[in-house]
Amino acid sequence: MTAGLNWPRYRLVFLGGALVTLVLLAAIFANWVAPYSPLDLDVVQMLQGPSHDHWLGTDELGRDVLSRAIFAARVSMEVAFVAVSVGLVGGTLVGLVAAYFGGWADLVLMRAMEVLFSFPAILLAVVLMASLGTNVLNAMIAIGIVFIPGFSRLARASTQAVLRQSYVEAARTIGMSDARIIFREILPNIVSTLIVEAAVAFAYAVLLESALSFLGLGAQPPDPSWGNMLNTGRGFLAQAPWLSLVPGMAMFLCVLGFNLLGDGLRDIFDPHLRD
Amino acid sequence: MTDVSDARPHRAGETPTLAIRDLVVEFPKRHESVRVVDRISLDVWPCEIVGIIGESGSGKTVTALSALRMLPKRSRIFGSIALGGRPLLDLDDRSMRQLRGDRLAFIPQDAMRALNPTLRVGMQVGEPLTLHKHTPWRRALDKATDLLGSVGIREPQTRMRQYPHEFSGGMQQRAMIAMGLALEPELLIADEPTTALDVTVQAQVLRLLKAIRDDKNTAILFITHDLGVVAELCDWVYVMHRGRIVEDGSIRRIFTAPRDDYTRMLLAATPSLSHAANVPPSLAAEVHT
Amino acid sequence: MSDPIIRVSKLSKSFGHNGLFVGRQGPLAVNNVSFDVYAGETLGIVGESGSGKSTLLRMILRLIRPTAGTVHLKGRDIWAMSDARRTLPRDMQAIFQDPASSFNPRQTINAILTAPLDVHDVGTRSTRREAVAESLERVGLSLDMAKRLPHQLSGGQKQRVAIARAILLKPAVVLADEPTSSLDVSVQAQVLKLFLQTKQDLNLTMVFVSHNLAVIRQVSDRVAVMRGGELVESGSAADIFERPQTDYTRDLIAAVPDPFAIVSRHMSQQGSAS
Repeated sequence: MTAGLNWPRYRLVFLGGALVTLVLLAAIFANWVAPYSPLDLDVVQMLQGPSHDHWLGTDELGRDVLSRAIFAARVSMEVAFVAVSVGLVGGTLVGLVAAYFGGWADLVLMRAMEVLFSFPAILLAVVLMASLGTNVLNAMIAIGIVFIPGFSRLARASTQAVLRQSYVEAARTIGMSDARIIFREILPNIVSTLIVEAAVAFAYAVLLESALSFLGLGAQPPDPSWGNMLNTGRGFLAQAPWLSLVPGMAMFLCVLGFNLLGDGLRDIFDPHLRD
Repeated sequence: MTDVSDARPHRAGETPTLAIRDLVVEFPKRHESVRVVDRISLDVWPCEIVGIIGESGSGKTVTALSALRMLPKRSRIFGSIALGGRPLLDLDDRSMRQLRGDRLAFIPQDAMRALNPTLRVGMQVGEPLTLHKHTPWRRALDKATDLLGSVGIREPQTRMRQYPHEFSGGMQQRAMIAMGLALEPELLIADEPTTALDVTVQAQVLRLLKAIRDDKNTAILFITHDLGVVAELCDWVYVMHRGRIVEDGSIRRIFTAPRDDYTRMLLAATPSLSHAANVPPSLAAEVHT
Repeated sequence: MSDPIIRVSKLSKSFGHNGLFVGRQGPLAVNNVSFDVYAGETLGIVGESGSGKSTLLRMILRLIRPTAGTVHLKGRDIWAMSDARRTLPRDMQAIFQDPASSFNPRQTINAILTAPLDVHDVGTRSTRREAVAESLERVGLSLDMAKRLPHQLSGGQKQRVAIARAILLKPAVVLADEPTSSLDVSVQAQVLKLFLQTKQDLNLTMVFVSHNLAVIRQVSDRVAVMRGGELVESGSAADIFERPQTDYTRDLIAAVPDPFAIVSRHMSQQGSAS
């Protein structure tokens, strides 16, 4: 494999992987990495620009912006992880069952997915949040539900492609049960496609979470999140632009990282590009 | 029965339509390069149907594609290929494009994929005329109608206005042949054009190719894996195996007195309708699968 | 003659489609086909594309539900059996056309061959291993093939594995759908030889579907000719090929470019000319 690596193409995957690793490490080890607590007020140091003590400055209550951005990464990662998992598992099950059993199961499940799909993602998330109540857990569930239709379509299409292969017929001919065919014969062969999609969905989940927090529907102040940091920063755009720039850049790098990683994984998993 | 000599009809003073000399084709792969065609030479004379027979990996398709200069850019070609005495390998891409379709036509295996699904068949058959001869569209379409008729498509006026998916597999292949014939090329290169067709349709297409040779004196280079098709159609056959030509000869000589072990194995492996209950004879030269 | 092992009666299939409000019935892919297959024989089903031969085979395999008609295996209606999934595979196995897609690309040959025994709970771990080894040996593959993944095998080797998989449960009947059509002739000859050998050794009943008349002639005792979903004629291989009763069969045979016949025709023409 190593000899055949196409370096220019893989460079971007490594960049994506590095960005993602950086964000993940920051999120996991926030307690140790962040120089200050994200909640400690210091009224004397309000709205200070970047300095030796506060590398990325302080906010309107004198909290360290770098520390808040790092802790916000933890919120984003948690939300994205749970949301993507919900979407991935739910969507895959729906798509697999619809494609495998076909007929009425397919008709009913996929029409339901189309109904979900027909709402704009952010609107759907907002409506779900409004009915579930505003907190981080509900944000996770709402974003996860938003992802289900996309994953279900992908899972259904991939399953249908696998169903056309004769090894599924062969599995039936040797008398395998439906469950075993689904989980042993089909799932392993569609999982790589779904993982690529999950990486891209991760980026989208980060954006959706930030949007919800920006609207005040996700993480609640004083807990930091890139979305509510941006919202706060909006009020101080002229005096303290770093308040908006820092969470904005964090989101940008995080989304870029996951997208590069997703695209790269697609290339790596694509059998046509192998050998 | 004793006479199995196979002198090719002597062609004094004639130039072969296609002459390939010491052709080598290599594809770079990782660190080394793979030699797909290994020093082959062959001739196609005017008005002759020449077959190249071989199994997968024999290099037969690569040979055909190199004569058309349609190999991937990264491949390396050595040797010489001449069309009617004119060397092809030194031509620039533009002159080569002009040559293709004009004096040299290609019929691929999969006509469905070679036809543009969004264009009417008539347009596609007439297009070479407008491109190469600057024939006005009107006349090109008239000519295309004639061509479709001449390859045995009934009601060509109606068929002209249809899209490829409205054609059966055999008719699509006929349309491809009509397109190839539009400019009355000297040489038709056909790569397994009947492999995807049913036998009854295949028989019609083979008859059509013979008629084209007889009526228009077109030379044909026919690539196939099917000994039966070669026997039915070709005047002369080259047997390819692992990038090399192991022997060539008249159909009669190759079938009755093969000289190479590989040819013998191929003959023994071919199931026959006429030999009742022919369990394949002991495959002495059993190739490892 | 004894009772047939497979009895196909008045089998029809149309591929309709179920809409939300209206269903539509398509044309008949298989139309009122009946025949019997007797123990120990090979029935060849030959036809061109669209003749319905593969659909017919899949209905016998219980992969497609017929629109009308029945299939009996050893006297039992396969669609009326409550335990079909458990019992049918032990009587009937299949080999499919495309060696490239016949195996799960992510499983080793060993896992692929163990699966039938696993599913049917045959024997213990060690006897399963022995059975897999024995089946590999029977199809002429070495034991270390078991560790490989399907894409590491050639087309011919894959069809050998497909034969091994089909005989592991010791079925009485093996159905084959164009099993050699994608192989080179030299490989096809070896695989056909293996087919005939295996059939003889295990006393199998076979149904062999192909578009290739020469292959059908080589393997079949009896032949059924299909066209447009219908059974045109059936009879012993010798009758069908030497004394065809219908124009269609005659045309079909005439259309096959048989190299040996063509060459001998050439020679007799030249002989009489000189």
